[in-house]
Amino acid sequence: MNGTKGPGDMNASTAGAIAFALTAEDHTAFAKIVEKYPNRRSALMPTLWLIQDRHGYISDEAVTWTAGQLEVSEAKVREIISFYFMYRDEPQAKYVLQVCHNISCHIMGSRSLMTHMEKKLGVRRGETTPDGLFALEGAECLGACGMGPCMLVGKHLYEHLTNEKADEILESMRRGEPLPADTDRDLED
Amino acid sequence: MNRDDYRILSKRFGTKDGHKLSVYESQGGYTALRKAVGTLGAAAVTGTVKASGLRGRGGAGFPAGVKWGFVPKDADTIYFMVNADESEPGTFKDRFLLDYDPHAVIEGSIISSFAVNACLCVIYIRGEFGWLVDRTQKAVDEAYAAGYLGEDILGSGYQLDMIVHKGAGAYICGEETGLINSVTGRKGQPLIKPPFPAVSGFLGKPTIVNNVETVASVPFILNEGVEAYRAFGTEKSAGTKLFSVSGPVRNPGVHEIPLGLPFRDFFNDWLGGMAEGETLKAVIMGGSSVPILTADEAMNTRLDYESLSEAGTMLGSGGMIIIPGRCNMVELIQVLMHFYWDESCGQCTPCREGTGWLHRLVRSLRRGEGTLEDIDLMSNVCDGMAGLTICPLADAAVMPMQSFLKKFRAEFEALVHESKQPGPASRWAREFRS
Repeated sequence: MNGTKGPGDMNASTAGAIAFALTAEDHTAFAKIVEKYPNRRSALMPTLWLIQDRHGYISDEAVTWTAGQLEVSEAKVREIISFYFMYRDEPQAKYVLQVCHNISCHIMGSRSLMTHMEKKLGVRRGETTPDGLFALEGAECLGACGMGPCMLVGKHLYEHLTNEKADEILESMRRGEPLPADTDRDLED
Repeated sequence: MNRDDYRILSKRFGTKDGHKLSVYESQGGYTALRKAVGTLGAAAVTGTVKASGLRGRGGAGFPAGVKWGFVPKDADTIYFMVNADESEPGTFKDRFLLDYDPHAVIEGSIISSFAVNACLCVIYIRGEFGWLVDRTQKAVDEAYAAGYLGEDILGSGYQLDMIVHKGAGAYICGEETGLINSVTGRKGQPLIKPPFPAVSGFLGKPTIVNNVETVASVPFILNEGVEAYRAFGTEKSAGTKLFSVSGPVRNPGVHEIPLGLPFRDFFNDWLGGMAEGETLKAVIMGGSSVPILTADEAMNTRLDYESLSEAGTMLGSGGMIIIPGRCNMVELIQVLMHFYWDESCGQCTPCREGTGWLHRLVRSLRRGEGTLEDIDLMSNVCDGMAGLTICPLADAAVMPMQSFLKKFRAEFEALVHESKQPGPASRWAREFRS
């Protein structure tokens, strides 16, 4: 894959990166994954997701641990991390904003939205704000084409974005109370 | 017929709590599974699906029942995979199915797995659909608790486990051998066929990969019968199809229609025409990888596999992108060529290099550095890619590129003529020719 991987400017938020350690709960989750998959190698992607979900990124220690547990070489683990765009091997901003720039969102104005967000955040696409709060990234099609422009943050999509709506979302994140995403509904019973 | 009469896959879209087992069961959910494992048996299920004319809804349009029939009869371990990698630009129908009606997908998956006697079913969901992975897992847990999954399903003796596998951002994993490699814990690079996955796939065992929409169609076919399904669509394109529509129309979103519907009717009645102040310039019918149609061509075709093939394009995934008059076509193809360059997995030289060439040639044209020769060079590069790679990603880049060049060449040439400094041939073009 040719795309740039992760924000280039990691500074403030990376200070004192935590050492890799799994909790008892993580170990249980990992054991469940290994039990579900027919062999250890096939448990690689879900294991990396587990680590990234808990720690925000996959550290060198995590790579070593994963390779040992799943009986594959560290090179193979790194290969997966670098091939798949969503795996990150360095600490990330608190909010990684991935704005779709593919055709449908482009038609609906994603380029001007990106420009607006660059101005608003004072960073360019691919960069992280100095306080480590936001990383702004372009993304290929996110599967919300009829609801574009859209933006992926963590597990959720914000859709039908306008400059004003984007401002409100950024503001809510600065307050530490992010507005609910458009896909964040009805999940709890 | 009323438009709602065509809604067999989308009938629970927008229903409150439609994603919950209780609601699904109260509307007749899992009766098809009962029928399949209780009375019909695997052979009859495959026969019924074959007779229904259901074709793969992921893009290739291969008859589902026929695909199932390729599994060797004496195989000991068989796997079934549901392709929810949905990454084709313009496509978002599978997301709607899993979001609003996960149990229909799960029921269809169990029945399909039963038909080929699979012991494990993997639902592969693209990593960008994080919330959908959680929602689907929840539904799978519900299905386990209700005895629709696990050992001895509904007392039939059939055993099936189901895994929800989360991708991590790679378009190529939508190709079935790429998808299988990804579940194996490898890079999602496609494999040379044959052997086809139905003979040798996941862990070297027979593996069937079907699209979400394909399996979601199965419960209706078993419940209502072949005749009821064939009442929709045409002889060769049976049933209904979900179209995901994007672009400035009045009603974008996911629409279910009987195959064979004239585009003109779909555009006017379902989509409500263009939004205020917009005009129709062109239409991409089946996801960004299919050849584009001009507005006139689109208005004179029907929405089914055969008609679209006659019109020089493909039904593909049903990801319909409506392009308005205000859009510059070179700008749009630049967006697409960046995408294919970004997503090429890199193992075949014509694709890895070709998508890069196309991306850079279009970019230099847009920067005012292109020449007329560059435009011919784009066609040349396409000729060096199409059909020469392991998987269809190279073709997927070539089809839009060539059709944009053919149908909107004036817009490419205008960029050369408008350029204030025509100068020497672009740096890229010079490098390619040397």
